Amino acid sequence: MVDAVTPALPNGPGVGYKAQHFNDILAAPGAVTWLEIHAENYMGDGGRPLAQLRHLAERFAISVHGVGLSIGGEGPLDAAHLARLKHLCDWLRPASFSEHLAWSTHDGAYLNDLLPLPYTPATVARVADHVDHVQSVLGRRMLLENPSSYLAFAGAEMAEVEFLREVAARTGCGLLLDVNNVFVSAANLDFDAAAYLADFPLDLVGEIHLGGHFVDADDHGAALLIDHHGAAVVDPVWALYADVIAKAGARPTLIEWDNDVPDWPELVAEAARAAAILVPA
Amino acid sequence: MAALLDPEMAVPAGLVDARGQPAGRRFSVYRNNVAGSLTDVLAAGFPVLEKLLGAAYFRALAGVFLRAHPPQTRMMMLYGADMPVFLAGFAPLAHLPYMADVARLEQALRESYHAADAAAHDLSALGPEPFMAARLVLAPGVRLLRARHPVLSIWRANMEGGPAPRMQAEDVLIVRPEFDPVAHVLPTGGAAFVAALLAGDSVGAAFEAAGDGFDVNVVLGLLVGGGAIVGLKEDL
Repeated sequence: MVDAVTPALPNGPGVGYKAQHFNDILAAPGAVTWLEIHAENYMGDGGRPLAQLRHLAERFAISVHGVGLSIGGEGPLDAAHLARLKHLCDWLRPASFSEHLAWSTHDGAYLNDLLPLPYTPATVARVADHVDHVQSVLGRRMLLENPSSYLAFAGAEMAEVEFLREVAARTGCGLLLDVNNVFVSAANLDFDAAAYLADFPLDLVGEIHLGGHFVDADDHGAALLIDHHGAAVVDPVWALYADVIAKAGARPTLIEWDNDVPDWPELVAEAARAAAILVPA
Repeated sequence: MAALLDPEMAVPAGLVDARGQPAGRRFSVYRNNVAGSLTDVLAAGFPVLEKLLGAAYFRALAGVFLRAHPPQTRMMMLYGADMPVFLAGFAPLAHLPYMADVARLEQALRESYHAADAAAHDLSALGPEPFMAARLVLAPGVRLLRARHPVLSIWRANMEGGPAPRMQAEDVLIVRPEFDPVAHVLPTGGAAFVAALLAGDSVGAAFEAAGDGFDVNVVLGLLVGGGAIVGLKEDL
């Protein structure tokens, strides 16, 4: 299912595209070598968002990151939504398409959040079916992203890495490794992030995400980290990332900053920090 | 699933923390993300409504709205199409009946912003008679609103520091010259004229529909100036 025609993302830093940075990106891209967009924001019929995207795609490799497919959902994928996604990928010819191991729809209502699923043989089969469906409609290999978790399922039968490895083995999909999500989930579910990463099939990783999180507490006063993409990447996440790159080699790496979005130079500085790890001086 | 939208409902069984204790507040993270993200979408889509009601009231209102009208689309750029209907039936705001019209205008502006692109059609070669017989294709970004309240004056007073609105009905035409929708108050007869064009009537028939005292040049000027005439139905 590998599409030989589509160029891959560069093995350098990228950033999540925000419309307020449009002019800055073109004038002073700095270390930024590629851009990621949220698919759903470019499913309108026309206007400025699509015009700007067409313009950026002439200069930068683009990664399309879906947030609304609900790949972990119980029912079949939404055919109309998948058709809109195919339309976007067909005209844009992005370097990569990725989605989340999560669900977001129920009884036709869309909840606009990435919700967790229990890891069991039954859910592996369901997610693998959905990934197969997406890949066959789009005619390309997709990347599946590990989620950030705030709670666990009493009925879980598999570890997350085992689950992702199994879905990838059944479908041929690649993986998007969000190192901040690993850090957040490890703190929230009391496991060792380094051990998780040591077990992660790095050969399948086509993209890495780095983002910021927010520190809260649960009912018992235990730390509760919330993945809000609204701050700089913290030092322990940079350290985990450096370990991953040392072991896996350079990979396309996204700075994900979606809320309280900083001015362009601050975002470029985060990208430069990733660049320094990707290509040590 | 319903528990994600309804804070009164219990946390579903089987959701636990790392020690196997009930998830409690951990479940609320998802609940807050759902309501918070949808509220942010609505605040971005209805800035004048938020300004008129105040941020705190707007967020509370959004919380009621999103439970009554959860998104049926994954394209958040248009979520909130039911807001005018919701407001028209929302008893606590019955004393502010113009709010539904403001929501209608803001939703129409969002639709126009995301509508398909279309190049303006050059009508200059058309003589007067063929022009009156022509059936015009208007751009996908054109919207027509007939409001019982001074909806565009309210919008301008809040977005552009315009003068205080005078309490009168306003018919509003939205055109999109390139990327930014522009709204105009239509003169007498203008709404009937544009509605007839949108329905596929000829220019002549639309002119008849507009009635006495209608200044066709003003409205044609708004349409041509806004790049809103994009073809002739005869040519399709």
